[in-house]
Amino acid sequence: MTKSRLFWPLVVLAILLLINLIYDPSFFVIDIRNGHLTGSLINILNRGAPLILISIGMTLVIATKGIDLGVGSVIAMSGAMAAFIVDGNLGDSERLFPLFLAIALAIGLSAATGLWNGMLISRIGIQPIVATLILMVAGRGVAQLITGGQITTIYYEPYSFIGGGYLFMLPFSIYIVAFVLCVALYVTRRTALGLFIESVGGNPLASRLSGISSKNIVLMVYMFSGLCAGIAGLILSSNVASADGNNAGLWYELDAILAVVIGGTSLMGGRFFLMGTVIGALIIQTLTTTIYSVGINAEVILLVKAVVVLIVCLLQSPEFRKKISGLFSSSRKTPKDEGVNHHESL
Amino acid sequence: MKNISGAKFLLFIGMALLFILTACGNSNDEASGTNNTNNTSTTTETNNTSETDANNSNEAETNEEGNATEEEATSEKLVIGFSQVGAESEWRTANTTSIQDAITDAGHELQFSDAQQKQENQISAIRSFISQEVDAIVFSPVVETGFETVLQEAKDADIPVFLADRAVDIEDDSLWVTFLGSDFIEEGRKAAEWLVDDMADHEGDINIVELQGTVGSAPAIDRKEGFEEILADHSQFVITQSQTGDFTRTDGKEVMESFLRSDGDNIDVLYAHNDDMAIGAIQAIEEYGLTPAEDIKIIGIDAVKGAFEAMAAGKMNVTVECNPLFGPQLVELIEAHMAGEELEKRIAVEEDMYTMDQAKELLDSREY
Repeated sequence: MTKSRLFWPLVVLAILLLINLIYDPSFFVIDIRNGHLTGSLINILNRGAPLILISIGMTLVIATKGIDLGVGSVIAMSGAMAAFIVDGNLGDSERLFPLFLAIALAIGLSAATGLWNGMLISRIGIQPIVATLILMVAGRGVAQLITGGQITTIYYEPYSFIGGGYLFMLPFSIYIVAFVLCVALYVTRRTALGLFIESVGGNPLASRLSGISSKNIVLMVYMFSGLCAGIAGLILSSNVASADGNNAGLWYELDAILAVVIGGTSLMGGRFFLMGTVIGALIIQTLTTTIYSVGINAEVILLVKAVVVLIVCLLQSPEFRKKISGLFSSSRKTPKDEGVNHHESL
Repeated sequence: MKNISGAKFLLFIGMALLFILTACGNSNDEASGTNNTNNTSTTTETNNTSETDANNSNEAETNEEGNATEEEATSEKLVIGFSQVGAESEWRTANTTSIQDAITDAGHELQFSDAQQKQENQISAIRSFISQEVDAIVFSPVVETGFETVLQEAKDADIPVFLADRAVDIEDDSLWVTFLGSDFIEEGRKAAEWLVDDMADHEGDINIVELQGTVGSAPAIDRKEGFEEILADHSQFVITQSQTGDFTRTDGKEVMESFLRSDGDNIDVLYAHNDDMAIGAIQAIEEYGLTPAEDIKIIGIDAVKGAFEAMAAGKMNVTVECNPLFGPQLVELIEAHMAGEELEKRIAVEEDMYTMDQAKELLDSREY
């Protein structure tokens, strides 16, 4: 049980939820309001949806020993693009065509950014951190270009459904995440693709020599990451019915990388754990919710977050756990070890 | 890298050029917009009239300003260098346009530089203003510290410096003529005074939740301070929860959701440090099933267009103006200084406050 990669992240998540329960006994209660299921747990899933999506994309990128710093900017671009399309359709809420056009163009743009990243990295050989840094900086510029540097408010009603609508009593964004997660799990675990990704991350040269098209695998994971970020951007901008080129998705790339690492995937590439990532993202979101519900002072929020992340990372490290358990049992073990050494030297 | 073939290398150069070109295109637009004084002056005049319509109370004053600037324009043409922080919000864009228009309308020559949030850009811009021997420098510092050397250079060159919107943290206040900017504490006080006045007949405790701005930023600190200062004398007003919403709609909505979840039915008032957070919070309140502006009174600051839309729709009660359109006031100060008048070191921008009743008629005249 404790050997499982998911064990320690799950423990941390459980502890966070329990802390909430102490401060708010009704934390786990899910009731029906306006015909929707509401409650803190639903809220965490709903709020965490964009982060989970991005983290799923990021996991595959990191599995190929890469990194995608551009996702935050892609969120802003995607939201800006969608707002640009549906803007001017106010009052005209019955036509659904602008909605689908906005979704198609926003997602198309995001996939194109992924293609751009993938081309730079796989075909031209730029290091991932540098290549995606370009988009991280330039993407926000593009988003501001689209919105004209302003915060665009969207009055087109159907657009709000993506991030604020409900289906079968649950927020629609949860279904989006579940769908993307299932597709990612199926493709990586039921087909050979997952193995290919891990092998490219482990040793690109060896994979290429054994007949795997490393370059195309790399290209594909960046496109997938861009796609995930694009969907997340739609959810985020739809939720507040506005597009903000400056602040939408700001620092999301860092949270996503953190979620991946908490989930047990190494930044050195190779093996990856999608479910671990999902739990990692949920930990980050639960932490935010906890901070709000406990009422921690605004000035120390970042410090509290850092401390929790540090604890999670320490718990994740086998070395650290060995040292700790060594500390507790050292008094008994040490003389015994000396004895053995002594015996051997004889 | 060693595998790069010629064609691929060319492709990469092409991509890089594309990025650079788009960036340049942007700044060229701005530059041409400001240099074509003759073309823009006609459009900006119409802007100014709508501005005076909006500020009914200031109408007389602004007209006087207009006359004054016209007279002086004929007597002396100044070259004014203006270094702006960047273009990070609607507010800032409106501020930039206001100052640019005011300078060119008064018949002066404008040298504009966008610092793009970087201090080093700003320092080099000021140095280039000095070497061009401009008559006055206007700048909104990106950060509060580190401008001593370059301001000393300006002083040695005998060029007066005017701070717009943001202050610097420098002991030697002879380095600049005056600081013209909004008084954030006063904005907080105004918000609280409106609330005390509006709820005067209310019996029992009034529970207030507060959405703070970005932690550590001057507007967040001062708007909190001013608000609390007034409420300190009225013990029935209680701030039950206060949390940062980072000045954004997304965070404003998320934090408001958590406020509602923990104490939803007891909240009487929401005080948000800017309008965007208030707008996000309004959505949270609606989704929670309460009626914004009725069940929960909503106070915002800034008076951006979105707030007027919300107020016109009856979802927000009041917004305290944080006026970016202080260009004419600034030009007047520069001219006064040039004419030898003594100016105070700190001058507050003329600001107003708008309620729900005024929103509908003013909505169309709002520029930002």
